[in-house]
Amino acid sequence: MHTKFLSAFITLLILLSPCMAQATPGIQYWTTAQGTRVYFVRTEGLPMVDLRVVFAAGSVYDGAQHGVASLTSALLDSEAGKWNADEIAQRLDSVGAVMETSVSKDTGSLYLRSLTDPDKLNVAVETLHAILTQPLFTAQDFERQKRQVLLGLQEKEESPGDLAEVIYAKAIYGDHPYGHPTDGEIGTVSKLTRNDLIKFYQRYYVAANAVVAVVGDLARADAETIVERVLAGLPQGAPAETLPTVAEPLAANTVKRFSPSTQTHVLVGEPVLSFNDPDYFPLYVGNHILGGSGLVARITQEVREKRGLSYSANSHFFPRAGKGPFTIRLQTRNGQTDRAMKVMMETTNKFIAEGPTDKELEAAKQNIVGGFVLRIDNNRKIAEYMATIGFYGLPLDYLNTFTAKVQSVTVADIVKAFKARVDPARFQTVLVGGAAGQ
Amino acid sequence: MKISVKIFGLMLGLPLLAIAGQFEVSEFKLNNGLKVLVKEDHRAPVVVSQVWYKIGSSYEHDGITGISHMLEHMMFKGTEQHPAGEFSRIIAANGGSENAFTGEDFTAYFQSLEKSRLEVSFKLEADRMRYLKVDEGEFAKERDVVLEERRLRTEDQPRDKTMELFMALAFSNGPHKNPVIGWPEDIKEYTLSDLQKWYRQWYAPNNATVVVVGDVQPEAVHDLAQKYFGVLAPSRLPKLKSRTELDQTGLRRMIVKRPAKLPFLVMGYKVPVLKDAVKEWEPYALEVLTGILDGGNGARLPSRLVRGKQIAAEANVGYNLYSRLSTLLMIEAVPAQDHDTVALEQALREEIRQLQEKPVAPEELAQVKAQVVAHKVYEQDSGFYQAMQLGMLETVGLSWSKVEEYVDKVKAVTPEQVRIVARKYLVEDRLSIAYLDPLPITDDTTTAETLLENTHAH
Repeated sequence: MHTKFLSAFITLLILLSPCMAQATPGIQYWTTAQGTRVYFVRTEGLPMVDLRVVFAAGSVYDGAQHGVASLTSALLDSEAGKWNADEIAQRLDSVGAVMETSVSKDTGSLYLRSLTDPDKLNVAVETLHAILTQPLFTAQDFERQKRQVLLGLQEKEESPGDLAEVIYAKAIYGDHPYGHPTDGEIGTVSKLTRNDLIKFYQRYYVAANAVVAVVGDLARADAETIVERVLAGLPQGAPAETLPTVAEPLAANTVKRFSPSTQTHVLVGEPVLSFNDPDYFPLYVGNHILGGSGLVARITQEVREKRGLSYSANSHFFPRAGKGPFTIRLQTRNGQTDRAMKVMMETTNKFIAEGPTDKELEAAKQNIVGGFVLRIDNNRKIAEYMATIGFYGLPLDYLNTFTAKVQSVTVADIVKAFKARVDPARFQTVLVGGAAGQ
Repeated sequence: MKISVKIFGLMLGLPLLAIAGQFEVSEFKLNNGLKVLVKEDHRAPVVVSQVWYKIGSSYEHDGITGISHMLEHMMFKGTEQHPAGEFSRIIAANGGSENAFTGEDFTAYFQSLEKSRLEVSFKLEADRMRYLKVDEGEFAKERDVVLEERRLRTEDQPRDKTMELFMALAFSNGPHKNPVIGWPEDIKEYTLSDLQKWYRQWYAPNNATVVVVGDVQPEAVHDLAQKYFGVLAPSRLPKLKSRTELDQTGLRRMIVKRPAKLPFLVMGYKVPVLKDAVKEWEPYALEVLTGILDGGNGARLPSRLVRGKQIAAEANVGYNLYSRLSTLLMIEAVPAQDHDTVALEQALREEIRQLQEKPVAPEELAQVKAQVVAHKVYEQDSGFYQAMQLGMLETVGLSWSKVEEYVDKVKAVTPEQVRIVARKYLVEDRLSIAYLDPLPITDDTTTAETLLENTHAH
């Protein structure tokens, strides 16, 4: 199936960026005896629950062992407690539960979706508890999973888009721990041992380093019991260490890499935005106009709609705990890369210099505010927001105040924030494709 | 179940909404033939509106492959009343998000909106159902965009490219041999008149279904549909030709050589679908069979081939029982390190052989059914997904009511029925296989400028 434009795929990422206001879910908040913060929203009508346990255990904590966070996470649901990997999978399947582990730059997470029928939920919770608190990292599972990760890393090299992402992260972050791929590199992953994983697990998968989000048709008391059962026996431990500050690149630079592809992938940008940044709203609303709102955004209009140069041309901020990337991107047929890039960069530079028109700002606010209810209209989305609010320490009224903050942004705020924070003189440009060297 | 992952996987990240299951679907038919399906969900003040057309790549003929998808792109390029780009600007100004997608059997357009804005969607969709106005300039630019889309999604993706060539191997005369996006030479040679003809022929109220899910009242939606869509004139639709695929007369094999890092294999057996099944239980038995192999991390392929024998790094099974024409039950797999595609194929075929010889264990069947029951609940967290199921079933010519039957039909499948369909359909004379044989990625890297040391402040 083919969709009209790719920005649909970006939506997920934007979801994790701020956005919200009135008619927001009632958040209940508590802290467990072991110091884990819990965010609960009761939703009625469907007999199901979504549960997210989020640790500061992302690839940013890899140290020199790039890929250790990712491999640790991938092995959690292999042998654990008294069950081997097959038994764990079959227990979850037999009650129709969905369980996933995942890793981002900042986080290592476990996600469970289950029916609330007690017989089923009990099996799901008991299994998640074993996965979370008693993973065995057996030698056999470890070797298998490591081989799979190594294959996955090779596969990335056949994709110009994936390759461009890897090179781009290195270009904008250098030696900062945001600079290496989340799943590591072939050289570093090959050297990982079972012990490295156990050490990583013991350090970061601890109660004081965790946030839990629960959303579903449960009474508060039941939600508390479930959280206690999932976390039971998890050592208190300590929160993850503070991350090194992200340094901005000192000068613009371009990196080119050959790929046997028909298109060249172009990524341009620098580290800019963290959650809790005072410039958050001017930058977010401004970028909505520049490249963040699908077909109506300026970059998409100029590159795609007016000139047919790319299927997907856009710009986004990806906020993180430390400064996350501001990235402008497109892909275009080899041979017209310069032309497409020129249009994209002129559009960006003009926006940074002049900001949006009053009319554009008004339209952006109408879109963001008018569509606010769509951001929290189901359990899955609410659970994602609870995890984000909890993990990044956003205020509990974050959703309630979101639209007011969007409404208050002025053209002058956007111009000021972009000029201060987004500087083409620091932009790192990455080109990967068949004509990257030309 | 597996196929939902396959189809909807591409839709990840699209706006979703929630609906409570207790509401029935309301069905209306306007005098001009337009069908309207409404499902209430009052959990959030939102609405999703989708317009489904019975047109897609399975309706196309050689020379214009992909024209349905090209037309989908052009539908954003304006009418008399609303010039190019205005559709998207109006939806955005109303807080909406929108997109469109084309498949083998359908082309669909959707908006997600705050509930009071449904009228905006109907007004614009009704306008472009009959009054699209396209010119050569917009057409030529959008054709370039579609070519870029094809490069991004197919040309530069070794596995997707292999899949495309594999379909052309497995099907001889039926339309499944052509990719949804079209062959590149066809895309380059589309003319404006090809497109206009396609639009006039298929975009009409009597060839469309409007699906609305959300915080709405069915009667009010009906009245609104009558107001905007009811005034449109129907078309005389061409009689569909059957395009029945020739019987396969033996195993088909192909090797695809592309620059790539990893080998990959895809195999597909020609199987019936709900629409053409002589016995209605057979597609549901194939659905269960798919689940036995790959319906969760505890299913046979992940358990036996990925973890047990460690011969596969990945193995996925897909089957769409809701296809309009008979289709393939497909297995895609990547060999684990130190194994090759030949050994992996043998292991996969051994799994098929076991399905033919031994009835599946009751607990395996119970696992599959438990997942189907649970996912039926989870689906209701997403109004978009539910609207999509209703629209798709109606559009392929099955009634939307098949959505409601699904769980019971799957629950009724017996171990013996799974064995019967495995014996009848998963046989060599129905099988096609393609291997991706990686060519080295020649590293004529010309790193004109490399990363400078010290570009970063410390």
